[in-house]
Amino acid sequence: MSAVVALCVALPLLASALVLGVRRMAKVRDVITVSTMAAVTGMAAALLAEVDRNGTVVLRVGDWAPDLGIVLVADLFAALILLVASATILVVELFAIGQRRTPAGADPSVVSPILLVLAGGVSLAILTGDLFTLFVAFELILVASYVLLTHQGQEAQVRSGMTYVVINLFASTLFLFGVAIVYSATGTVNMALLAERIPELPAATQVGIGLWFLIVFGTKAAIFPLFSWLPDSYPTAPTSITAVFAGLLTKIGVYVLIRFFTLMELDELGTLLLVIAGFTMIVGVAGALAQDDVKRILSFHVVSQIGYMIMGLGLFTVAGIAGAVLFLIHQIPVKTVMFLAGGLIEDDQGTSALKKVGGLATSKPVIAVLFALPALSLAGLPPFSGFVAKLALVDAGMASGAYVIVAVSLVGSILTLLSMTKIWLGAFWGEVTPSAVPASSRRSVLIMQSAAGVAVAGTIAIAVVAGPLWRMSEQVAGDLLERTPYISDVLGDAVLGDVVDR
Amino acid sequence: MSIAMILAVAGLVAAGTFLVTSRSLSRIVLGFGMLGHAAVLALLAAGGRAGSPPIVDGAPAPDTVDPLPQALSLTAIVISFGLTLFVLALARRQQLLTGDDLVEDDVEDRRIATTAEAREAALDETRALEAFHDNPEGGS
Repeated sequence: MSAVVALCVALPLLASALVLGVRRMAKVRDVITVSTMAAVTGMAAALLAEVDRNGTVVLRVGDWAPDLGIVLVADLFAALILLVASATILVVELFAIGQRRTPAGADPSVVSPILLVLAGGVSLAILTGDLFTLFVAFELILVASYVLLTHQGQEAQVRSGMTYVVINLFASTLFLFGVAIVYSATGTVNMALLAERIPELPAATQVGIGLWFLIVFGTKAAIFPLFSWLPDSYPTAPTSITAVFAGLLTKIGVYVLIRFFTLMELDELGTLLLVIAGFTMIVGVAGALAQDDVKRILSFHVVSQIGYMIMGLGLFTVAGIAGAVLFLIHQIPVKTVMFLAGGLIEDDQGTSALKKVGGLATSKPVIAVLFALPALSLAGLPPFSGFVAKLALVDAGMASGAYVIVAVSLVGSILTLLSMTKIWLGAFWGEVTPSAVPASSRRSVLIMQSAAGVAVAGTIAIAVVAGPLWRMSEQVAGDLLERTPYISDVLGDAVLGDVVDR
Repeated sequence: MSIAMILAVAGLVAAGTFLVTSRSLSRIVLGFGMLGHAAVLALLAAGGRAGSPPIVDGAPAPDTVDPLPQALSLTAIVISFGLTLFVLALARRQQLLTGDDLVEDDVEDRRIATTAEAREAALDETRALEAFHDNPEGGS
């Protein structure tokens, strides 16, 4: 099974090189891209089944001892997120194949190979067991995202791309400093060894390391007050790309935050995390209310929803972290599909500005349904997945006596609903507006709508299987807080000499 | 860690951060160069005191320097090299499009901020008119 772990990273990267070679042959390129992502999704599903039954799969690359070499670790948390993430990329790739037949679509000969690089980076970031490989994985994801964001070279993209690149480069540099700090304090970059050594450090050093990585990962996750790059850059990219960014990139930041903060036992920062969570929820949704373009409104909601996951982490209880994990699983497909729906509006009308679009509920009922279902889920209305995830978080907050953050999160939910209503009123009700662009071909619209439809079905499926998912989330949270399962799985019975004594 | 190393890292970070906060992308590139060097120096410093080179002689000497941070530094250098090229290409593109390489404000935000200001100004005017209407003498 450990070969599968390696393939989840290696296969997309190899396929990317292959696709680059045949990038002018549209059919071959699409077949390779889609079948690669389907294979990765299948492998992730197999990995999840295996991990759920027989426990964590650990791959020691090159068979080096874990304190010397690189380890890839597929525990239940990693396998769950890997499955959701690769399925999301698969759906977006299908959507992109439909979209690239339209003028607004991205250049397929660039997007296909780069999206595969992104997929490889995402797999590596999820699976890696050491801090420096995590840095490399982040760079892989970011380089891919820089190219995806700016490859069309339009003025708006270059302008917002600059902000995006500069901020993320700065965060990457801070990450590198963080690795240096951690290495000089502990003499290792292996996360399992760090989990043993960091809690032994003086309290002030622990808090320092925690705050440093809160800034590094927080910038990737777009938490308050480090989110300002996100709502500016995301809407300028072609829709299929924005969808994958919004669904995945910030969530990988959250995943790593959860992993790092639980593993390094940094629960003294819990209160700070809760304060940040509250501000992220409210500031994000307030920003959304001020906007009047569908893609920009949704971008601010990306920020706002991050707050809920940080809230679950900040509670540092099994229920809280289980809630955060469930929220993460719900959020990746929901956010993606909302942007895909936004893309369908843009494809149909030539713009996604609320003032210029109207009456879609009568003229394009399919788009209306594809938007309405995830919108209700995002706002947290029953019976959708957002309700299950938010209920879990609120319940965990009440159990920990964190009433303020629970109240803030409920206010945030109401404002989210208000903002969704604003989109609905603006774009779907009212006078039917004539489209500003010639209609896309039936075939391309059909592909895009069915891809979005599959994703909507996926979000509803999450609500249907919420029971088993909640069981897994609770197990993930229990393991994360207990810490020993991860440490002993990675280090195994390897005799650990004092390799680094300085 | 020698004091010279600390001073070098501190100086590079200070100059790099200053350059990165400027608006011109060519300065930002220079700033990132400095920050990258500072990070690599910090990684090297994290490896402990200087010593004889590892691996070369084959036999591990007691004063051999820790090779891991050097491996990490090399990887970091390669990555920052590639990214510098990308940022330069972006700066060139921006120059072709707009004639300079300045990082600009978010246009949509600027637009929404100006509409909000305009609305506020209109409201103020209405209030002033209403106040005048209620009490034309102006005293209260």
